[in-house]
Order: sequence, then structure tokens, then C-alpha cells
Amino acid sequence: MSRRVVGPYNRVEGDLEITLDVGAGKVREARVSAPLYRGFEQMLVGRDPRDALVYTPRICGICSVAQSVASARALAALTGLTMPENGRLSTNLVLANENVADHLTHFYLFFMPDFAGEAYAGEPWHAQSAARFAAVKGTAARDVLPARAEFLQLMGLLAGKWPHSLAIQPGGTTRAIAAQERMRILALLHSFRRFLETTLFGDSLEAVVALDSDAALMAWLASGDPLRCDFTRFLLIAQALQLERLGRATDCFMSYGAYAESEGALFRAGVGEGVECLPLPVESIMEDLSHSWMEYRTIPRHPFDGVTVPAVPDTEGYSWCKAPRLGGRVVEVGALARQVVDGHPLACDLVARGGGNVRSRVIARLLEIARVTLAMERWAKELRPGEPYCSHGELSDSAQGMGLIEAARGSLGHWLSVRNGRIHNYQIIAPTTWNFSPRDGAGVPGALEQALQGAPMSEGERNPIAVQHIVRSFDPCMACTVH
Amino acid sequence: MTSPDRQKLLWLQSGGCGGCSISMLGAQSPDLITALASAGIEVLWHPSLSQESGADLLELLQGIIAGETRLDILCVEGAVMRGPGGTGLFHVLAGTGRPMMAWIEALAMRARHVVAVGSCAAFGGISSGGGNHTEACGVQYEGAEPGGLLGEVFRSASGLPVVNIAGCPTHPNWVVETLAQLAMGEMDTDGLDPLNRPRSYTDHLVHHGCPRNEFYEYKASAEHVSELGCMMEHLGCMGTQAHADCNTRLWNGEGSCLRGGFACIACTHPGFEEPGYVFGLTRKIAGIPVGLPTDMPKAWFVALASLAKAATPPRLKENAVADHIVVPPKTREKP
Repeated sequence: MSRRVVGPYNRVEGDLEITLDVGAGKVREARVSAPLYRGFEQMLVGRDPRDALVYTPRICGICSVAQSVASARALAALTGLTMPENGRLSTNLVLANENVADHLTHFYLFFMPDFAGEAYAGEPWHAQSAARFAAVKGTAARDVLPARAEFLQLMGLLAGKWPHSLAIQPGGTTRAIAAQERMRILALLHSFRRFLETTLFGDSLEAVVALDSDAALMAWLASGDPLRCDFTRFLLIAQALQLERLGRATDCFMSYGAYAESEGALFRAGVGEGVECLPLPVESIMEDLSHSWMEYRTIPRHPFDGVTVPAVPDTEGYSWCKAPRLGGRVVEVGALARQVVDGHPLACDLVARGGGNVRSRVIARLLEIARVTLAMERWAKELRPGEPYCSHGELSDSAQGMGLIEAARGSLGHWLSVRNGRIHNYQIIAPTTWNFSPRDGAGVPGALEQALQGAPMSEGERNPIAVQHIVRSFDPCMACTVH
Repeated sequence: MTSPDRQKLLWLQSGGCGGCSISMLGAQSPDLITALASAGIEVLWHPSLSQESGADLLELLQGIIAGETRLDILCVEGAVMRGPGGTGLFHVLAGTGRPMMAWIEALAMRARHVVAVGSCAAFGGISSGGGNHTEACGVQYEGAEPGGLLGEVFRSASGLPVVNIAGCPTHPNWVVETLAQLAMGEMDTDGLDPLNRPRSYTDHLVHHGCPRNEFYEYKASAEHVSELGCMMEHLGCMGTQAHADCNTRLWNGEGSCLRGGFACIACTHPGFEEPGYVFGLTRKIAGIPVGLPTDMPKAWFVALASLAKAATPPRLKENAVADHIVVPPKTREKP
């Protein structure tokens, strides 16, 4: 048995360190550490609650809108405001724009370049994978950057800019869309659909969302040139490397539900073990600090009562990250969780066969790109130029509110309490806080820590490649994780 | 593929959100990779862009510090985390056991140019807000005071101070064009303003090109976010004072904060994170906004404003408090 400290990781958002105990060619135990603390929860205490709309998006440059939406929702609970339909639709569009752009960035810029690296130089598929997916030099990066930038022009129209917009407000959005601007939004979405259908999927979005099982997916792969698009390129590599065997974690999936519809949500909320989904007991969310570099470690607390006081790093803890648990359990969040909880048949079948793993997480993200882009087209059509986008009102002086939403990487929650017009407490649990948490008081490892157990790794391996795949399959955002 | 004449760039992130990198990935016409190639910049390592991970990066950093690998441009994104108690332990670079502030300092001594990307790296920014529990500072400034991590007298090998591309986040082109100027040897101290920000964008005010200018002229003010009127009187807009070209060089194709329906918070300025008042509200004394355009005599501003208010056309008065045009400009009909 030997111990290895692996980091820094690139192509993840922010800094990450993992300590691995390795023996007999496998990871025996993993300890995941978030090595940066910035202290947003401390900064917010004592401020006017409206300042949260400026501060919280700046927790993260890649999940900025998600933070805004969670914050605006928590603040909305302090008002009696009803959001106009246009505000709901526009919020959905802005959040979907960020989430889909993030999925795309993850697939092309963060995840796939690992299959272009030297670790796979001996594989028969390596030459074409390197030509396509190598970081910066591959042809994919050149295709995706302009497509991504054009897709994000929706932000220029709907939110002023991205990241760090103030367009998302408790009562709606600040940018009323005129009739001809709605045409531009539709045209930008059409152009993005064309990119997806040509380059990523090689098929219509409708055909992708209709895939209802792993068998259907593999039949679709076999139905044409296996190198016809980037999705099939991934599926071939996944098959060759048996990526479905890597990175299984708890298989307990959680989603707060995503994208408000006039009734309910586009993706429903819940907690699913396997495919059986239950209502979400949000009151049972607790943060455990036993292995965090935090004061007041002894008692796990609900975020409304949460405390964030950093301690000088010691050997009892090993991360700035807290350990959130749902009713004491470790859960996995993200696109796969969202799709499983929502009951999409492909995601459910993948999980029934192999649980959450490197392959199923990546497939779920691509499936979600297709599903959400289709929803964006519908929301854009439903906008009603000339009707209001935002309602206005005062915040109550003393109240509590929470904003539970889904960011690209999974469930994001803000818990806010206000006393005498000032923020009394503000606690945030981000998606990667769930996925990359340290152990809890019972010694139970977090989701990534579990996913890494058993990963193949030789003791002398310089940049353990299986570990890299597993880490990136979660699309971690370390900036959000600790905040 | 390393080539001796290409300018070698290293990008590190510390106490920040990564948003300046994410913004830069959205560079358009041309895209980021093409723009860097055109400037002759070779990225040795960037956290979002590079193939290499872990051990390869540490080897690269050690090679630079040992003087074996040339470093032309060091970009730092995010504030320098000095806490707790000056130890730097709030950010220890993964895999090294060494505080990031020590890495930044050692690498800066080897770099031909040092660039602070974003307001956190430049001045401390949001990361130093709310009492600055983490002792965050900029690479060469702490707020508006020179100093920071490297100290006021620091000059990189090129003779330039740390170049502060301030903004929260930075516009992709502020970064890409400044890097190109540095790489091509076309940046000198005349190109920097008194806070060492590139004058290419800080010689402008956010007010320039603001589509609300007619409302500003007649002091027809919005009362709530989302309304079309000028946001200076009630909504805390800093556009007339904030140094940046956001309304002439648009964001994400066609946006800016003001075009998005909300106020400028002067995010390119040191200390923007602590305005001393609620963001999005105008602080007033006796009904007069405290923050007036910096180079305009106050008495004149007040006199002109009251004159303009008296002359405000009804069209502007009504549109100012609507979220879309309710009264269009009159079309002259043929006699």
C-alpha cells in the first residue's frame, strides 16, 4: 500500500487535491480536498439582503446564473411577489443557456481531451481521438468555441452579459424582450440546434431524446458511420475502455427539480434510489463538519442554522468543503441524477444496468443538452413581447427564505435568514459540495470518494488516468464547492 | 510544439471564481484559440485549456522557477489569499503543500510580464469584500493602494508593473488584446492608467454609448430595474463615473449591464465590492445623488439637471418608467 497525493487537476473548475491509498493496482481509499477557501457566507452576514444578488453570482464564473437564480429565489420568499410569465420564461432561458453551455464546455474542453493524451497512445482509436479532441490543437475545440460563443449571445440579449449579470431578480428579469429580439433568440437557437445536430449528435435532437434504453442507444450507434459525430466517437471509446465499469458511487440520486413550467417543472424534483423516485425531504439536509477545516465541528446542522467559521487547517480535517447529507445519506447530484429522478427511460436504463458511472454521467449530460435545447425553443416561442417581465416590491425585514434550483452540475441551495433588514445567516450548498464532500462523522466517504474506490491505478502511475476520468465525469466546480 | 519565438504564457487561478477565464473562452471574431495564435502566444498551461495535469504542471512550474523554462507572460486570475494570519493556507496549491501566494511570488520573479486578470487579482475585488476575513489582496494592489503581494516597487523583467486588467468579470477582448500588445512588445507605461489598467478600455466611461443617454440628458429616470430610463438618479448606476468601454464594446454579442436593464456597479474600480451603500440604489443627500460625474462641477450639474427636468418631453417621462417603448418618437406626417 502506498499513499499518493494527486493534483492539481486541470480542466476542472478551480483547484482540487486527492489523496489516494493505492494497493494491488487499485485505489483503496480516497480523500478529496478542496484547497481554497474564500468565505462568501461570512462576507454576506450583516449586509443588505439585496447585495446577495451582486455577491453570490461571483461565487462562480461558470455557474454564475445558477447562483443568481438560487439567490433570487431565496429573496423572493421575503416578498409576496408573483413573477410574470415572461419573467419565468426568461429566467428559464438564461439558466438553460448557462447549463447547456456548461455541459458543452465540459464535454469538449474538459472531459474528452483525456482520450487524446499519451496514456492511450497505443490504442487503435487514439490517432483519430487525438486529432479531434486534443486540448487546444484538436479540431473539436475550433468547432465548439465559436458555436458556444454564438449560443451565449442569448446572454447578451436576455441578461446583459455573462457571467455575473444582475438581470435575474426575485420578481423576474430586468430585460424585456421586444418582438424582433424574440426572432433573434429563435434564430440563435436554430443555429445552435444546427451545430448540435451536425457536430455533436449527427441526428435530430428529437431522435436523441427518443432513445429509451442502452440497447436503443447502441443500435443507434450501429446504425451508421460510427465516427459520424462526437457522441458516437465517445460511445466507441467508452465501449473500448469499458467506462461503464468506472466510478460507481452511491446510486442514490437527488434533484431539486429544474426549470419552472406554468405548472410544475420541466424536470421533477425527488430523490431516487435506482429508478424509484421519492419526494425530497429538504428538511433532512444537514451539513456535517467533522472532516472539514471548520470550527463547531461536532453537530451536523441544517443550513438554516449552519455556521461557517474557518479553522486553521489541521490533521483532523482534510478539506475546506463541508459534508452535506440527505437524511444522513450520501447522494449524487448532476445531470444523471436529474434525468433519473425525472424518469427519462435512457437514464433509468443506464442506471439500472450499471448505476452512476463515467459513461452514464456523460451520456446523461448529452441527453440533457438535447432535452433542454428543445425546451428553450418552446420557452422562446412562449415569450410575450409587450407584457411585463418583472414585478417589484419590498423585502420583508425579518424572514427566512430558501432557493433550491438545479445548476449544470446538480442541486444548488441557498438558505437565507434576514433580521432587521440585514442578512443574519446565508448558507449555500453547491452541487460539487454534495459530490466531492469529505467523510462525515460516521466515517462514510463522499460520492467521489466512493466512486474512486477500486479504480485501477498502478503505484508508479504519474497522472492516474482512470482517476482523471472518474473525477471529470462529475464535472466538478471547485469554486462553488467551498465558496 | 514549442517554438523559441512564441511568447510563452502561464495562467494560474487563486482566490476567485474563474469567471474571467470563462468569459475569455467566449471571445468572438476570432475565437480565443485563433486570437492567441495570431498574437504569437503559446499557452504553456491554462487551467481550462491545457492537456497536461498534475505532475506535468508541477514540473513546468519548477522548471520556470529554476530558470530552465522561459516565461514571457504570467497571468494571475483571482485574489492572492494571504490568510489565515498571513500563512496563505486559505489556498494551498493542490499537490504541493505550498501556499499559492508563494508560487505566484516565485513565478512573478521569473516572468517578463505579470498580468492580473480581473478585479480580484488586480485589487482584491469581491474576494476581499465583507470584512476581508481571508486577507485577500491583489497581485500589486490592495484596493486602491499600491502594495498587495509583490509591493509597490515591483517591476517585472520587462520593466512594467503588474498590468491590472480589472473588471468583474473582464471582457474577453480586454484580456486578449492586452495579451497581444504585451506579446508583440507594444505595451509601455503610457498604455496604462494611474491604476496600471490598460488605457485601451479605461480611457472610456461606461456612460459612452449608453442607449439611455437621451433619458440621462433630460433626467428622465427609471424607478425600478427593467425600466428604460436613466438609472443614475435612483438605481445607483455608476456608468458616468466607471472607467470601461462596456457600451461601445458590447458583451456576448450585443449586451452590457445597462442594456440588460440593471445598473453599472463600477466593477473595474478598486473597492467596487464595498460601495458603502446598497448595490442598485442611489445614495442621496437632500435629494441630490452623492456620486456625480467626476469631472463636472457639482453646481453646474445640479443647475443643468433641474433645467433638463423642466424640459423633459412627455415621451421620455413615460418611457423612462416602462420596460418597453410605450410612446415612440413622433413621425412627421406629410402636409
